[in-house]
Amino acid sequence: MNPTENQSFCPDERDASLRVPLLALFGGAALWLIVGLGLGLIAGIKFHAPDFLGGCPLLTYGRLAPAANDAILYGFCIPAALGVALWIFARLSQAPLALPLVPVVAAHLWHLGVFIGTATILLGGSTGQTWLEYPRAAAVLLFAAFFLIAVSAAATFGWRRERSLYPSHWFLFAGLLWFPWIYSTANLLLNCNQPPRGIVQPIIGWWFANNLVFVWLALMGVGIAFYLLPKIAARPLANSGYVLFSFLTLMFFGTWCGIPQGAPVPAWLPTVSIVAAALTLVPLIAILMVAVKTVCGACVSCQGGPFCYLNFGLMSFLASGLLYVSAACPQYSRILEFTWFGAAQTQLQLLGFAAMILFGAIYELMPSVMGRPLPLPKFAKLHFWLAMLGVLLFVVPLLLAGVVQGKHLADATVPFADVNIAALKFLRISATGQLLLLLGALLFAANIFLMTLQWKVGLIKTVIAYIKSPLATTEVKS
Amino acid sequence: MKTGISVFVATLVALGASWCGFVLLPLLQFGGAKQTVVLQSTDTWPVQRTGAATLGLQAYRANGCVACHTEQVRQTGVACELTLTSLGVQKPADFKDFTRSLFVLPELAAYTNALTASLNGWNGGLPQTLLTSADKDLIAEMADRLKAVGVKSETRIVSTGADVARGWGPRQSVAVDYLYDQPVQLGSLRAGPDLANIGVRSPDANWQLQHLYAPKSVVANSTMPSFKFLFEVRKIVAAPSSDALNLPKEFAAADGFEVVPTPEAKQLVAYLLSLKANMPLYEAPFTPVTAAK
Repeated sequence: MNPTENQSFCPDERDASLRVPLLALFGGAALWLIVGLGLGLIAGIKFHAPDFLGGCPLLTYGRLAPAANDAILYGFCIPAALGVALWIFARLSQAPLALPLVPVVAAHLWHLGVFIGTATILLGGSTGQTWLEYPRAAAVLLFAAFFLIAVSAAATFGWRRERSLYPSHWFLFAGLLWFPWIYSTANLLLNCNQPPRGIVQPIIGWWFANNLVFVWLALMGVGIAFYLLPKIAARPLANSGYVLFSFLTLMFFGTWCGIPQGAPVPAWLPTVSIVAAALTLVPLIAILMVAVKTVCGACVSCQGGPFCYLNFGLMSFLASGLLYVSAACPQYSRILEFTWFGAAQTQLQLLGFAAMILFGAIYELMPSVMGRPLPLPKFAKLHFWLAMLGVLLFVVPLLLAGVVQGKHLADATVPFADVNIAALKFLRISATGQLLLLLGALLFAANIFLMTLQWKVGLIKTVIAYIKSPLATTEVKS
Repeated sequence: MKTGISVFVATLVALGASWCGFVLLPLLQFGGAKQTVVLQSTDTWPVQRTGAATLGLQAYRANGCVACHTEQVRQTGVACELTLTSLGVQKPADFKDFTRSLFVLPELAAYTNALTASLNGWNGGLPQTLLTSADKDLIAEMADRLKAVGVKSETRIVSTGADVARGWGPRQSVAVDYLYDQPVQLGSLRAGPDLANIGVRSPDANWQLQHLYAPKSVVANSTMPSFKFLFEVRKIVAAPSSDALNLPKEFAAADGFEVVPTPEAKQLVAYLLSLKANMPLYEAPFTPVTAAK
């Protein structure tokens, strides 16, 4: 099926079914994005002024940094991606969302889980495993919420009126299957009373982190982009063969990355990851080819609209993938391991790729779902420039800091204190980038919240109008 | 990929393969890992932590120390070192001449500069390191030749690499080092120094406490935040506490007040002092410095 085809059934019914679940998912996501970027900014400032807000145990760097990262990934990226996926499933099925109440409940459970998790990290209850810092209570809520949303998506898919599959289906379907698997595996093994002893813990942790931050976000982001690019460019998705190829190779190769090269584990583990990272170049190139062939020659102007977000997001995906592969390469990894480089790559994946694709998708879908234009279209355009500049200013200096830090670390004649000082000036520019990203997130939230408010006011007005309306003459007579 | 079932099966196979490889196999391989034996001794490794240090790991976890510190030392390889321990009947000057006479050997060609440098800088004191970062066969041959003229020497295995040169540990970290850590806090960023051997490097508990309370009072350009909330500033009643920190003037509390560590701070320091990965193991051999007397 081609998403540009005219929708023959009643689209109003479908949009109405999506309205409440999507507002619940996106509203909370916008809030967590602000919280995550805000906490990240405070954490960034702490590197220049270690004693800034120093007396408060809640705001010590080691608690702020994971809380900020988790709020961006679990608070924003995942629920927003799920919301967009539900919309795509409903569109491609040519049917209203199945079980529309289920994702509404799930959205609230999810955001409650993120709240419990963030609060617990700040109070010192983190589990200490990267990307799995949330305590058991929060993990159970997140798992249940994800499962409910996946059920709604699967039901929409099962009851679809348009029977043929579209490539976005594959990516999103795999994403819906993969998250519960990795999240339950990692939590059941690492977040339980009797976790495996010793080095198995970080191995499972690396596997989980790679599969969540690299593979899962790639599946969702690329799936969403492959639906929206043809829709906006008004051209069919290029070369379905390449798409299938990129899908399969991303899953078969990408999932084996992630074990650091210098890890204190038997050599077969990092070796497998190095080979897998090199092979991951294949899906990266294939995805790029499909995207370029789809949009090349299309008469779409960008001007800060959803198309810009998608283009920048896909470019970031390519850049972050290349950085990921190069950091796995043994001669670079010896230098770049344990530096800011890895953190920069992760932030590019989260904020440059996933978040940008999601912003674009949300700005694109909200007007049609809500049946009204964006309340502040200028904010949406300004947000693009802020977000793009913010990502560049945040990530590029961090990458450079990583290279400088790595070179100095590898030279034992440079005292350690000097290694740190050399990275500080880069971190200062990064903090500026974080500030821009935070401003952009505020603009995004303003649009979402104002839209929600307008919709609620509209609802109330309809109800009042219904109550106030004069009774029909026939009723008066009888 | 025409039907939902084919997508489902492809996803299941692809993702299941990595689950088997990176979750199931490591569990089977290391799930039952046990203590190992320290080389040339009957001691087992690693040692179980004491109560305070075990609780200290939880303070380390809760405050996210892992965000900036790693607990893993890397090495690039191993090298051999030859150290003279006794000259027997020879005099230092004679020995120097003898060693120079060996320079004609083809296998020594690459090391003549290093040897000349170590001989020139030598005033006759023992023990003296003669050759560093050399191949093990060459060292064995040298040791044999020296033995033939009555000179005793000792061969040491040393790890190489920037981490070892920085003094962060005598060998690389290996899987078994983390057997008793729960959670294992490997870390991925060195915004602060590596802590795998901090218990060997800075074994003074008072230094550690002062560093936690006011990092800049012991490391001038430290970027570590202060962990003041692990300490209590209280009024001195009658006599000062024996636990009170002995701080320099600009970091000290006001007159009549003292800074006392909370139990959590003491536990955290007990954990830091328990971090010692300095035993030679089969998978990471080296010759401990104490043996080269």
